[in-house]
Amino acid sequence: MTAVRKISCEEALQHLYEHLDHALNATDAVEMEHHLETCRACFSRIEFEKQLKERLAAIGREQAPETLRRRLRELLRRF
Amino acid sequence: MEPSASDREYFERAVAESLDGLYGAALRLCRDSSRAEDLVAETVMRAWSHFGALRDRQCFHAWLFRILTNLFFEECRRQAATPNPASLDAMVDDDAESDAPFSIFEKLHQPFLLWWGAPEREFLNCLLREHLERAIAALPEAFRAVFVLCELQGFSYQEIADMLEVPVGTVRSRLARARSVLQRALWEDAQAAGLLKSTVTAPSGDKSGEASTAQAAAGRHRHGPA
Repeated sequence: MTAVRKISCEEALQHLYEHLDHALNATDAVEMEHHLETCRACFSRIEFEKQLKERLAAIGREQAPETLRRRLRELLRRF
Repeated sequence: MEPSASDREYFERAVAESLDGLYGAALRLCRDSSRAEDLVAETVMRAWSHFGALRDRQCFHAWLFRILTNLFFEECRRQAATPNPASLDAMVDDDAESDAPFSIFEKLHQPFLLWWGAPEREFLNCLLREHLERAIAALPEAFRAVFVLCELQGFSYQEIADMLEVPVGTVRSRLARARSVLQRALWEDAQAAGLLKSTVTAPSGDKSGEASTAQAAAGRHRHGPA
């Protein structure tokens, strides 16, 4: 089994958002996870960004208003 | 070729499944509910008229968002007679800190600030939906589109690149800039609203205050098992 390469905090912070966006390749993701298990500072940072990201994601969940639903039903009927 | 009854049924069902996401994205892009409704309606009309050309129905959801963002940028170009003072180029030129992303976390942990309790948690607890909406709305269009598609709608960098017809590297850089600009706006908004009242600046002559603050900061940044 290959040992996981240790990465620095600087490197971890460079990839912070890619990690949160699930955009890291498998090797980089494992190295990041390993770093976060052993670095309290980076763990705290990423937890903060993760919570902020969750709050932002909630903004994207808007219920389409009934006026728009009616309008689309009407449009689709005419298609 | 005329769409069949099953095509129509599929289209209606798939649009219904994507509708809340489309409206959510349109609302953040347009910053106006009436314009957002128009944009979604126009998106659905255009999607139907090109539905026969869609080869892979697995891509239907992303395809709808591609149409939505294209229509949004067409609208922006139509309105270009009144240029946006905070255009992408202007922001890149004006922001002296373009190479140093703004981080709320780092601001919260400045060594000369004294916090009681957990600063990140306090900050997030004070943050209201309206602060987030305002900060997103303040992003220039090119940043806002990438940000909305990634952070609010959860599309991958590659999907966004395909939708906007830009390289993945451009998506990454716009996203990084958008996050930096957004965090700065949130921080300044929180300061202006007095949400950072629990922040106490240690008096410059108060050595004990500086020491305890530095210790607190060092404790928070101490590297060790999480």
